[in-house]
Amino acid sequence: MASVARLKMGKPGTGRIVGDKWVGRAIRIYIPLLLLLVVTLFPFYWMAVTSFKSASELFDFSVSPLWVREPTLDWYKHLFTQTNFPHWAFNTAVVATVSTLISLFCSVLAGYSLARLRYRGADSIGWGIFVTYLVPPTLLFLPLTFVIRDLHLFNNLWSLILTYPTFLIPFCTWMLMGFFKSIPRELEEAALVDGATRIQAMFRIAIPLAIPGILAAALFAFTLSWNEFLYSLIFLNDSLVKTIPVGVTQELIHGDEFFWGELMAAALLGSVPVAVLYSFFVDHFVAGMTAGAVKG
Amino acid sequence: MASVTYEHVTKKFSADTTAVDDLSLSIKDTEFMVLVGPSGCGKSTALRMLAGLEDITAGQIKIDDQVVNEMPPRDRDVAMVFQSYALYPHMTVFDNMAFGLKMRGSSRTEMDSRVKEAARILRLDQLLARKPRQLSGGQRQRVALGRAIVRQPRAFLLDEPLSNLDAMLRVQTRIELQKMHQRLGTTFIYVTHDQVEAMTMGDRIAVMKDGVLQQVAPPREIYDEPVNMYVAGFIGSPRMNFLPVTITDHQAKASGLELKLPKAPGVARGILGIRPEHFLPNVSADDAVIDLKVEVLEVLGADQYLYGKVGSDELIARVDPQLKVSVDDHVRLGINMRRLHLFDPETEQAVF
Amino acid sequence: MGTAIKADAVAPWHRRRVRIYDREAPLGYLLLVPTLLILGIFLLYPFLFGIWLSITDSELGNLGNFIGLGNYRFEWRNTDGVFYTAVANTFLYTGVTTVFKLALGLVMALLLNQAFPFRRFVRAALLLPYIIPTVLSYEAWRWMFDPTFSVINWLLVNTHLVAYPGPNWLGVPANAMAALMIVNVWRGTPFYAIAFLAGIQVIPLDLYEAARVDGATRWQQFTNITLPMLRPVLLVVLLLSTILTFADFQGPFVLTNGAPYNSTQLLSIWAYQWGIPGGAIGLGAAISLVLFPLLTLVVAGVLFMLRRPE
Repeated sequence: MASVARLKMGKPGTGRIVGDKWVGRAIRIYIPLLLLLVVTLFPFYWMAVTSFKSASELFDFSVSPLWVREPTLDWYKHLFTQTNFPHWAFNTAVVATVSTLISLFCSVLAGYSLARLRYRGADSIGWGIFVTYLVPPTLLFLPLTFVIRDLHLFNNLWSLILTYPTFLIPFCTWMLMGFFKSIPRELEEAALVDGATRIQAMFRIAIPLAIPGILAAALFAFTLSWNEFLYSLIFLNDSLVKTIPVGVTQELIHGDEFFWGELMAAALLGSVPVAVLYSFFVDHFVAGMTAGAVKG
Repeated sequence: MASVTYEHVTKKFSADTTAVDDLSLSIKDTEFMVLVGPSGCGKSTALRMLAGLEDITAGQIKIDDQVVNEMPPRDRDVAMVFQSYALYPHMTVFDNMAFGLKMRGSSRTEMDSRVKEAARILRLDQLLARKPRQLSGGQRQRVALGRAIVRQPRAFLLDEPLSNLDAMLRVQTRIELQKMHQRLGTTFIYVTHDQVEAMTMGDRIAVMKDGVLQQVAPPREIYDEPVNMYVAGFIGSPRMNFLPVTITDHQAKASGLELKLPKAPGVARGILGIRPEHFLPNVSADDAVIDLKVEVLEVLGADQYLYGKVGSDELIARVDPQLKVSVDDHVRLGINMRRLHLFDPETEQAVF
Repeated sequence: MGTAIKADAVAPWHRRRVRIYDREAPLGYLLLVPTLLILGIFLLYPFLFGIWLSITDSELGNLGNFIGLGNYRFEWRNTDGVFYTAVANTFLYTGVTTVFKLALGLVMALLLNQAFPFRRFVRAALLLPYIIPTVLSYEAWRWMFDPTFSVINWLLVNTHLVAYPGPNWLGVPANAMAALMIVNVWRGTPFYAIAFLAGIQVIPLDLYEAARVDGATRWQQFTNITLPMLRPVLLVVLLLSTILTFADFQGPFVLTNGAPYNSTQLLSIWAYQWGIPGGAIGLGAAISLVLFPLLTLVVAGVLFMLRRPE
C-alpha cells in the first residue's frame, strides 16, 4: 500500500544529484532506456503494422516495410466473419475470469491461514504449496489427459477452469501471505477484544485490508490464465471451445501457409485486454511483487 | 466494573523462555493499577493474557469471581487500547468506535448515541467521518480511547497508550486519562515502561522485572520503601545512587565517605542507596557529609544536577539551581539520614 | 529465580494448560481445504499417476501394462541422440537465457528507478513482453524471423550490418537456438526487472546517502549496497524463473517445435511430441519426468549459490 504511494510520488534521493551533468544523464539513462524501449516494443509495432497491411503489401519489401501505405481493416473483418475468433475470445475471457475467481477464493483463505493462524504443520504445508513449483504443467499434462477423460471434461472449458488453479494458487497464496503478514496483528487482536469472532476478525479486518494484494494476485492470475497454452492445446479440440492462443496458432495456420495479416490482427486483439488491465494496475502489480518478494 | 485476580499465572513461550513467572496480583474494583517495568519484563504479556490474546501456561486469571482462562476474548467484556492504537484503517472514526457495539449486536440508535457521547467527551465530534490516516497522532489516540469507552466494559486494559505521543501531549493525555478514570469509575489496568506515568497515574503500581513481580504498592510507598535495589533504581529520576559500603556495627564506610547508620544492620557489607534529591545543601554538625568533586553540571531551570565523584564512587546530586558551582569544584553536601536506604549486596533486598 | 521449578510448584488445578491458539487449528485447516483439494486432485494425483504411467506402455486414452523401466531406456528410440540433445539444450537454454535476463533485468530495474519524464508509461511499456500472451508475441517473432520476409534481416541489411539476404533464423540449427534464446530473454527480462525494481525501492535511501557522503562512486554504491540488499529478491526471482524456463513449452513450441532436425529439441517439447501426436503417453510421461530430478538439481544449485553468506 505504502509502496504504491511511494511510486507515484517519486522519492527524494532519486532526483538529480548535485554535479550531475545533463550529458552524463543522457548517456547513462536516456540512451539505454531508448534502446530498451525500441527492442521491447518493436515486435508489437510490427504486429500492428502487419495487421493493417493488404495482402500484396505484406510481402513487398522493395520499399520500407516499416510503414503501412494503404491501411486496411480486411484482416480484422476476416477474423470476425470467417473464423471462430469471437468464440475464442469469449472462451478465453470465461476461463480466465472463472479460474481467477476460484484461485483467489482458495488462495485468500490459504494465504490467511498460513500467514495468520498458528497451528501444527502450518509451516510445512506452506512449504509444500511452494514446492509445487517443481511440478510445472509440462510434467502434468500427460497424466492429466486421463484425469480429464475420466471426468468427461474433454472439449469442455471446465477442463481448463479446474486445472489452471494448480499453477495459479501457489503463486497467489505466496503473494497474499506476504500481504497478510504486513497487516499488523494488533488490528485483529483489537477486533477480537472488541467482540469479534476469529472469522469475523478475518473477514472484517484482515481481508478488506489485503485488497491491494488481492487485486495484484487477481491481475497475475488473470494474465496467466489468459496466456495459458499447453493445457488448452491438449484438452480442447473442437474449434468452438478453443481459447485465443490455441485457436490462433492452430486455425490461422494451414500447413505451411501462414496468414500473417490475420495472425497479427488476432495477436494484437488477444493482447489488448491484458495490456489495458496492466496499464491501469501496474502499480498494484509492482506492490504485489514487493509484498511477495521482499516481505514474503 | 470488576476486580481482576492473577493467581500463580505463568506464561511460557517455549520451554526456556518464560515471559511471566508465577504472577499473583489482585486488582480491586475501580482501581487504577499500573504495571511498570522495562521492555521484555512480561507486563504486556500479563495484560494480553487478561484480554485473552495469549493462552495461560499455568495458573488462573479471574475477572470478578469467574475464571476466564478458557474464555475467548469477545466474552470477557474488557476493552483494550493498544500502543499502536490498532485503529482499523479502512473504517471511519465512527465505524471504528462503533465496531465493538456492532459485534455485540447493539441497535443502530444505541450505537449512534453512545458513539456521539464518547466523541463529545473526547472532542472527536467533528472527526467522525474521517479515516484514521487523516488524523493526527493525538486524535488517533483519542479514537482508540473512544473505541474502548463506548463499549462500557468491565475493565480497561491500556498497553503503553501514550508512548507514541510527543512529550507535551503525553502530559496532557495523562491528566485526561486520570479524569476519565474518575468519571467512569471502571477498573483500569495500565501497562507502561515509563516510571513517571506509573507514579502519577496509578492508585497502585506493580513493578515487574524478567517476568517476576517485584513489588505492588501505592506510588508513595514504592518511592519511599522500595523492597529491593531494582525497584529503588527503577522508580525515581535521576536514579538512586548506590554506594558499596563496609559496615562495622553502626559505622558504614565507603571510598569517600563515612557515616553512622541509624540502626545496626547486622551485616558486614551493604549497598547504600541515596536518592539524588536527598542531599542537603546546608550542612549541620551532626549530619553525615560528603565531599563531591563535580565533573559535569546540568542546569534545568528548576533543578540543578551535579555529576561527580565521592572518593572512587560516581554520584548524582540534585541541588538548588541558585547554588553557584562550576566544574572541578568540591561541594560539601549533607545526607538526609531519614531517607537513607541500605541493601544487601547478595540478595539486593532492602535492609531498611 | 528458578523459573521452571516455580511453574511446576503450582497446584495441580492451576496447571491445566490452556492454549487459546489451539483453537485456531480447526479454522486453519478448514481454510486450507479448497486449496489442498484442487492441488490434490489436479496436481499431486496426476504427478503420482504420471510416475506410474512412465512405467507402462500406455497410449493416448488407453491405459497400458507395466513394462518396468523400459520407457527410460531412451537410447532405444534415440538413434540420433535426441534425448541427450534435448537434455543438453534444456540446460543450455535455461543457463544462457538466465544469465542474460539477470543482467538485463538488473540494468532495466536500475534505469526504471531513475527519475525521468513519463516514468509510469515507460515502466508499463517495458513490462509488455512479459504480460502479453506468449504464444501471440512468439507468432510475431516467428513472422519477424520469416525465412524470406524477415523484417529483422531487412533492417540488418539496410543498415549494412549483414550482407543480403541475412541469416536464415529458424532454418539453421545454431541460429534457431539463438533465436529461441533471444525471444525468451526478450520476454523474461521484464519479470526480473520489475522484481528487482521492487527490491531496490525498499532499500533505505540513507544507505546511499551515507555512502555518497563517504565518497563511494556509483559503481561502489551498486556493488556494496544494491547487490547485497537484493539478495532475497534475487533468490525468489531466480528460483521462479529457472523453473519456468527449464520447463518452458509454449514459446519453443510455437517458434521451432524442436526443428530443424531436433536441434532445438527440449525435454518439454519432446515429451509432448511422443505423448500427444505420437500417442505414446507412457514414454512421454517418462521423458517429462526426467525434468523432475533435473529441476530439483537446478533448484538446489540456485539455493546453494545464493545461500546466506556465513
